Amino acid sequence: MANFESGLYYSESHEYVRVEGEFGYIGITDYAQHALGNVVYVDMPEVDDEVTAGEEFGAVESVKAASDLISPVSGTVVEVNDALEDEPELLNKDAFANWIIKVQLADTAELDALMDVEAYKAHCE
Amino acid sequence: MNRTLYGNLIFELSKKGRKGYSLPQDYDRSHTTAELPAALRRGEAARLPECDELTVVRHYTNLSHNNFGVNDGFYPLGSCTMKYNPIINEEIAAMEAFTGLHPLQPAETCQGALEVYYNLQQSLAELAGLSEFTLNPCAGAHGELTGLMVIRAYHESHAPGNSPMGDELGRNLTAPAGALRGGRTKVLIPDSAHGTNPASAAVCGLEVVEVKSLPDGTVDVDHLRQLLDEMGDQVAAMMMTNPNTLGIFEPRVLEITEMVHKAGGLMYYDGANLNALLGECRPGDMGFDVMHINLHKTFSTPHGGGGPGSGPVGVRKGLEQFLPYPRIVKPNTSGEGGEMLRIVYAPAHEQSEILPLTGERGEGLSVGSFFGNFGVMLKAYAYILSLGREHVKQVGPLATLNANYMKERLRDDYLLPIEGLCKHEVVFDGLVDKSTGVTTMDVSKRLLDYGYHAPTIYFPLLFHESLMIEPTENESKETLDAFIDVMHRIADEAKTDPELVKTAPHNTPIGRVDDVLAAKHPITTYWKSLEE
Repeated sequence: MANFESGLYYSESHEYVRVEGEFGYIGITDYAQHALGNVVYVDMPEVDDEVTAGEEFGAVESVKAASDLISPVSGTVVEVNDALEDEPELLNKDAFANWIIKVQLADTAELDALMDVEAYKAHCE
Repeated sequence: MNRTLYGNLIFELSKKGRKGYSLPQDYDRSHTTAELPAALRRGEAARLPECDELTVVRHYTNLSHNNFGVNDGFYPLGSCTMKYNPIINEEIAAMEAFTGLHPLQPAETCQGALEVYYNLQQSLAELAGLSEFTLNPCAGAHGELTGLMVIRAYHESHAPGNSPMGDELGRNLTAPAGALRGGRTKVLIPDSAHGTNPASAAVCGLEVVEVKSLPDGTVDVDHLRQLLDEMGDQVAAMMMTNPNTLGIFEPRVLEITEMVHKAGGLMYYDGANLNALLGECRPGDMGFDVMHINLHKTFSTPHGGGGPGSGPVGVRKGLEQFLPYPRIVKPNTSGEGGEMLRIVYAPAHEQSEILPLTGERGEGLSVGSFFGNFGVMLKAYAYILSLGREHVKQVGPLATLNANYMKERLRDDYLLPIEGLCKHEVVFDGLVDKSTGVTTMDVSKRLLDYGYHAPTIYFPLLFHESLMIEPTENESKETLDAFIDVMHRIADEAKTDPELVKTAPHNTPIGRVDDVLAAKHPITTYWKSLEE
């Protein structure tokens, strides 16, 4: 069954943010990769793109479905996980280790609107 | 299904130098290429397979035995309405009087064909509760795009500063948002919708806004109200499927259409699920303004590889002027030409005479060549006349009865996420017993071993293990019972021998396909496959 990691911020649409200083690493949760099944493609933004909380920043395609990626926070993309271009299946192997984008957080207050691991676990049930 | 399975490629049967034809001795083959410019000539041999005629005929005959269609067995592909295609449809469409027609021949020489076209328009309008139809769109999604272009043209004509009949009708797809659309650029679409809805809206240059569903799968009217409060004056339309993709009738549809109308938007009806309501309940009466019908679903014409499709679009009174050209027109006054049906290629204020298609088509919106797929229309019209006004009303109730019978008999083994009556199709969320690890994908692969076409799986997206069964009105209780028995047997196998189900299919020409490899590294030519 799905793994949950504490210390992260979670959105209702199954993205997480791992905050390190002024940066946030955004990815999809283990629950999400489980639901999607085998991931075959990750559509990612480019460095310097702006992302906005609650808005789409890319998409994940699996053999079952294509699903929009919704950014849990606003900010500027400073890095994308290029490894996912050739190996999208990394999301299935370890969704928490393989973040999708790294953003410079625009407003850390936005994190308050997100869930902690316990609330997210309850959301998934 | 124990017959020998055939799996050769024609390339594997090739023998160098073998031919199924003979050309005259003095035939100069350089004729075929000499006149082509060098840039268009192939630099190397095409490497076509070389076979004699008998080998080719046997090859394709054997391959055809691997086909599966409605004529082979039960085909419960949800949302696709794989109903039987009556033979009388084919006989009528194959009549030489129809097949011998040329699309450019003068209207006075093909009045019968035009009458079929016209009468089918009228029949669909009556069944839909709308004013007028165009039969030109060639598929369901083509119909969606056409319908949205009609809606856009309507808003453009009502935009401040625009003439009531927008001359740019259907033309300017790249116009800046808001400029030509009266500022109405948004289309509301429930999160349970068919994927074609947002795709069509995007192709039409409109912006998709998702409306949430309630836990029972129906539209969250409170969320819709909130969206209309926020952006009502930017809403061009709301697209809805009713019954929705979960097979559930939207009980608050009248309230929804009224709310959207009040905000100035139009209501679009996705006709994919019309079969559930056919003849009994009409989209026009529910408040819809524009809709498409899939003739290849509801009106018994072939699809699923046997098409082509046809996606007629209907509109309510007041929107007829925005329908595409060419149109078939019946004059209501007698005069020169009498009661003859005419083909009109452009709006009356521009051109009243027939324009040749080779020249300028006039200012009317056109969505394809000529009048769409006429052969499909003949079949649909034959179906309507075969059933007649009274019997057509039995289609929906019988389809609904079959789906509900399936639902009640399978729910002990398959998880029913939404209680209550469904319409023409039922959605399960995989097996009840999730402990075995057997997924919906595994169940559907195992069904192939028992000689059934798999249901629709992993759609709608509201559930993780969706398995959507649409039996249609055609199937007898015996057929349904046989399928139900197999579904129960597979549920038992999932408990007693899960590996058997997880590695299915075992009786098909090829076993479990590697979906990931196929999606990531598709090899689509034979020669490429040899290199890999």
